[in-house]
Amino acid sequence: MDTVILLLCTGLGLGALYFLVASGLSLIFGLMDVLNFAHGALLSVGAYAAWWATAQAGMDFYAAVAFGTAVGTLAAVLLELALIRPLYSRPRDQILATVGVGLAVPALLMGVWGADARPFPQPSGLSGTVRVLGAVVPVNRFVLMAAALLVLLALRLFLARTRYGLIVRAGVEDRAMVTALGIDVRRAFTLVFAIGGAAAALGGALAGLYFGSVAPGQGTGLLIFAFVVVVMGGMGSVTGAAVASAGVGLVQQFANYYTAAGLGDLSVVVLLAVLLLVRPGGLTGRLA
Amino acid sequence: MGAPHDPLLTVRGLRVVIDGLHILHGVDLDVAPSGVTALLGRNGAGKTTTVKAVLGLVPRTGGIRLAGEDLTRLPTHLVVRRGIGYVPEDRGVFGGLTVAENLRLAERDAEPAYPLVHEIFPELKRRERQVAGTLSGGQQQMVAIARTLLNANRLIIADEPTKGLAPRIVTEVADALERVASRVPVLLVEQNLALVRRTAATCAVLADGHTVHQGATAELLADEEAARRLLGVGSSRRPSPGPSPGAAPAPPTGTEVNR
Repeated sequence: MDTVILLLCTGLGLGALYFLVASGLSLIFGLMDVLNFAHGALLSVGAYAAWWATAQAGMDFYAAVAFGTAVGTLAAVLLELALIRPLYSRPRDQILATVGVGLAVPALLMGVWGADARPFPQPSGLSGTVRVLGAVVPVNRFVLMAAALLVLLALRLFLARTRYGLIVRAGVEDRAMVTALGIDVRRAFTLVFAIGGAAAALGGALAGLYFGSVAPGQGTGLLIFAFVVVVMGGMGSVTGAAVASAGVGLVQQFANYYTAAGLGDLSVVVLLAVLLLVRPGGLTGRLA
Repeated sequence: MGAPHDPLLTVRGLRVVIDGLHILHGVDLDVAPSGVTALLGRNGAGKTTTVKAVLGLVPRTGGIRLAGEDLTRLPTHLVVRRGIGYVPEDRGVFGGLTVAENLRLAERDAEPAYPLVHEIFPELKRRERQVAGTLSGGQQQMVAIARTLLNANRLIIADEPTKGLAPRIVTEVADALERVASRVPVLLVEQNLALVRRTAATCAVLADGHTVHQGATAELLADEEAARRLLGVGSSRRPSPGPSPGAAPAPPTGTEVNR
């Protein structure tokens, strides 16, 4: 029983990490039709910025996470303004450009800080374990779950209660019609990129907590599963991404434990294939 | 700003090329400063592309002026903010949003004209919390037209607003359009000739991506040979004129173009 509890918590913690990456990715694709292969790089930027802030600059953990998130947000805005926006009418070039950034950023990180993983300082309050129904569970799993829940809540409030949220929900359905109502949808694009970058960078900072270290390729590795989550959840659906993230994290953990290490990744792909056969529009089949 | 009888919208030599395909070869169009101007033509003549080109929804060259101001180089959102309301062919209603959210999204003015919208479409007030995707086609068309009424537009462009609607609903939409046109000039793309005859004083006809006729609607429709040649009206039966405004309306079941 305690093994099941541990796997549940670890799976949901990993799912929370996937959600932090996938939520922005889903909104960006839903609104802008941009397959952002550089999204993993934003996670890496957030992770390394947080690591640098706490390990090199001596900030405390919470300030370092805030710093990492801010740097990732800034990087996302710059990416949208400098690279994505000029290529809106050239989607193939846009994909190539984001793939290029997705490869260049880890290479840059590797060039500056080396290829080896760097230990991420664990704050004393979050490095211990707690006992849940007999299972000993690392506290950082709950930190990730709490962060993902807060981001989910904030995104839902943003989408439901703000004018820009309304623009995003409408833009996911029909971007051209939004502009035909006199709305400059490019501002919403930049905002969505900023939000997506912030969530991914937060995920990067907290990934350091989850994995105990940061590594140049961490973002790219997580991006693959984030794409699976986006497809499973339904393009542009934040709630769908949340449900799919939890499902993917749990399936991966349980399959890895009860079958063989590595089969967890395969079972996620099988799950995706089955879901798409049964529900081609993803879990929600609806937008945002 | 032009003289009172100058056209509100003038389009000259409008050309559109999409994926190497020449869709419009030089459309000329004048929209009257009041009432309804109809844009007619067979299927594929370029009517919807013309409307989209005016709004900047497709890449275009040529001259587009609204009350003398050049719109040709403006992006869509700035064209619309110059005072153009758009009712697209597919209605463009956001199905995942409620009726109230659809209307709120269209607000541009500091004081949107909700009293006017609710006067013309009282049903929308009752359905404001309903998700627009669950509305009937006629109700969605009401939302699409209502969005253009919220702001003080100088021109409303309606692209086949009666397409796919039941005859009774066509009458309701036609009534609403007439009320709208009494306040704001309307450029109406329409295949329902009875509705055109009833509402539009002037018209332009497109064929193969360019303008082949401009003039009074009544004259064009009275000339059976010209109507057959330009609009592809397949029978000699003249379309029903439809009810006059204020009379108990019968469905405008007039002959459709190119049938």
